[in-house]
Amino acid sequence: MRITLNGAPRELTCHPAARLLDVLREECGLTGTKEGCGEGECGACTVLIDGAAVCSCLIPAAQVSGASITTIEGLGDDHPLARAFMDEVGAQCGICTPGMILTAVTLGPRPSLPRIRTALAGNLCRCTGYEAIYRAIRKP
Amino acid sequence: MALKAVGTSVPRKDGLGKATGAARYADDLTFPGMLHGRTIRSTIPCGTISAIRRDFDPAGFTVVDWRDIPGRNVVALLTDDQPCLVEREVRHQAEPVLLLAHESREALLGAAVHIEYLPGTPLLDPERSSRSFKDILIEKGNLEAGFAKAYRVVEGSYRTGHQEHVYIEPNGVIAVPEDGGIAVHGSIQCPYYVHKALVTLLGDAVTHVRVVQTETGGGFGGKEEYPSMLAGHAALLALKARRPVKIVYDRVEDMEATTKRHPAIVRHRTAVGRDGRLLAMEIEVILDAGAYVTLSPVVLSRGAIHSAGPYRCPNTRISARAMFTNTPPNGAFRGFGAPQTEFAVEVHMDRIAEALAMDPARLRDRNALRPGDTTATGQVLGQDCSARQVLRAALRKSGYRRKRKAFAGTNRGIGLSLYYHGSGFTGSGELKLGSRASVELTATGVRILTSSTEIGQGTRTMHAQIVADALEMPYEQVEVAQPDTGVVPDSGPTVASRTCMVVGGILERAALELKERLGDAAPEEYFRRHGPVRVTKEYQQPDWIRWDEVAYRGDAYATYGWGCDVAEVELDRDTWEVRPRRLTVVADVGKAIHPALATGQIEGGTAQGVGYALLEQVTMRDGVMANAQLTNYLIPTTLDMPQVDVVLVENPYPGGPSGAKGLGELPMDGPAPALVNALRHLGLDLRSIPALPEAIMEAACASP
Repeated sequence: MRITLNGAPRELTCHPAARLLDVLREECGLTGTKEGCGEGECGACTVLIDGAAVCSCLIPAAQVSGASITTIEGLGDDHPLARAFMDEVGAQCGICTPGMILTAVTLGPRPSLPRIRTALAGNLCRCTGYEAIYRAIRKP
Repeated sequence: MALKAVGTSVPRKDGLGKATGAARYADDLTFPGMLHGRTIRSTIPCGTISAIRRDFDPAGFTVVDWRDIPGRNVVALLTDDQPCLVEREVRHQAEPVLLLAHESREALLGAAVHIEYLPGTPLLDPERSSRSFKDILIEKGNLEAGFAKAYRVVEGSYRTGHQEHVYIEPNGVIAVPEDGGIAVHGSIQCPYYVHKALVTLLGDAVTHVRVVQTETGGGFGGKEEYPSMLAGHAALLALKARRPVKIVYDRVEDMEATTKRHPAIVRHRTAVGRDGRLLAMEIEVILDAGAYVTLSPVVLSRGAIHSAGPYRCPNTRISARAMFTNTPPNGAFRGFGAPQTEFAVEVHMDRIAEALAMDPARLRDRNALRPGDTTATGQVLGQDCSARQVLRAALRKSGYRRKRKAFAGTNRGIGLSLYYHGSGFTGSGELKLGSRASVELTATGVRILTSSTEIGQGTRTMHAQIVADALEMPYEQVEVAQPDTGVVPDSGPTVASRTCMVVGGILERAALELKERLGDAAPEEYFRRHGPVRVTKEYQQPDWIRWDEVAYRGDAYATYGWGCDVAEVELDRDTWEVRPRRLTVVADVGKAIHPALATGQIEGGTAQGVGYALLEQVTMRDGVMANAQLTNYLIPTTLDMPQVDVVLVENPYPGGPSGAKGLGELPMDGPAPALVNALRHLGLDLRSIPALPEAIMEAACASP
């Protein structure tokens, strides 16, 4: 099974029913994608599949055959959203941050607050109360 | 001289790693030859085990039961009553019985174990329990004399439910055998608590124990005591297998087995004068402790001390007890007993205001503690008391008075809460801890060594700011060591809003001494000549603190944070859903070392308070959480949270670094009563949380 992972082609050898989350973390060694609940409620495992934010804990590997997947590692060290999350303290414990940032990527530049709130409703954060996350996403 | 770091929002030390996914949490670590571990747990709330049947092929498995424990079979904390693994007696559901490890997680999950029991009759109602783990009595003045002068007597009973922490990273550790000893890496709030528990559990079987905190995805008190249990399990498996063993709970196991906020029943009987002055307060606090002592006596203590609210009252009697039930032990959770009792007193204050036909804000202003007043324990408050200041600021900022009138007769309501939170351990607790922290010269600056953990709140950053300023050194030149008990001294646990005020204070003194030693020499030059000079300082209790642990009299806390919340809500009278519209939070934190982090603490704690008030219901069935999933245990999402306006007040505590008080727990105390009081403004008599739509509907049907 072939995918494009963070811009590069990648061959997967996993079982087709393996959770994409486990494949990314274990086979591909990309541990920036986190597991918070394993049932698609918390959004900590959010990745982009062909540009859409999806909970990778709910996706069997077979379903992404041929797709392009972006994880937090694929945004690099100097992504404007990563910088904004640092500047605005959008990350406290940081476990939800990769998923938050990837969901925010889908919003494009300068989204409105109502759009941010609707888009992030599937990404739980227990630390910030979300206010600093809004500040970060509205910044770049 | 370097620019001052304290008071500015410098970049977080851990910001880059967290924003790029590079930060390594427990489950991100692997070790060569590592096995996965699993815990087999009891499935009844009470009884004795008669047989354990292992229905799986043992090849490749490591199996541990209580007979494999080389030291004492306890999770050492306050009272050594809780076993690490059940021997025969089961006291609650999800109690650990057997441990398995295997290379393959699939094989591990496929292993069937059947436990047979002689079931007992579980005790699930704390009010029916006759066994108290701790009784506290706080008395001030003469209660009867106060009641004799009453214009009105107001009584009420208030209830709060369990609350689950829902740190987004579940509990997880990895135990790694090393040179005859054992190292445990994990998601841990208090490395030295785990260290103590492991030393007791493993006895002579190991030459040394080392506990290392990995990046931690939230704690909120939920990783204060349970990691000692979990680390013990992983260590037992690792010692038997002679290989590293990782145990990471899934969400269901984490919710069913680990601690929660204690449910509480609080009864108030209050005498009040015609002018609204509180004359006497009689308060009874009952906490549901669960099946073992764990931290319940201390939670009870803080809950009891805060139960009279931030009010002056000459005659007070507080009796409190923590009751045994056959449920998993309840434990530390941000606020530590105070959110329960402050919910009760703040809703009760609104009921007193109703009885007097007085505005709730006016009633609070009349009774709020002022400098020179005494608390229920007889503590005389100093100039660092800001109750009226935060109240008045919150009323102004929120437009409370105008809205209180404007909302009348609409589907909107506005309510408030006034609260306080003691900073650091109670009474002489800090002295008993004897915390130590170090500052060490490096080739490029200094390094901080403490066991205080970064769990999101900004420990590394804020400590580095304090040390940088004390040394007049750029913030960037201060690094912070990873908490590893093999390297850092015991700075006490990362709890009780003490990490900035108490440990930050020790570090400041260490840094000042190091600066003195350096004299005129540049740090790099001094390092070249003398090497990694290290200064370690121990906590020094302010000499004025007097505390009687038996009579519960005296200076309960070195200082208090003060807060006032104003909540605006909108009620849908068709669905009985309540939508918070706006929360104004005014918090006196003494000094915001890092304003953005401090604001983040207030905003985040407020969100947890909103969940506590309106959403978060733990449904217990047969002594175990029945809704142990994020599908049906709901915490606030972006769409549940209202706009939160935070105002930081800085009324310094002279004993804290730059005047800082504790602030982590403070914001947890206010939202629930403010929201319920906003519902009261709509005519709804609610006295328990969570205020779910069905409870609101019942209250609406009951009101005239």
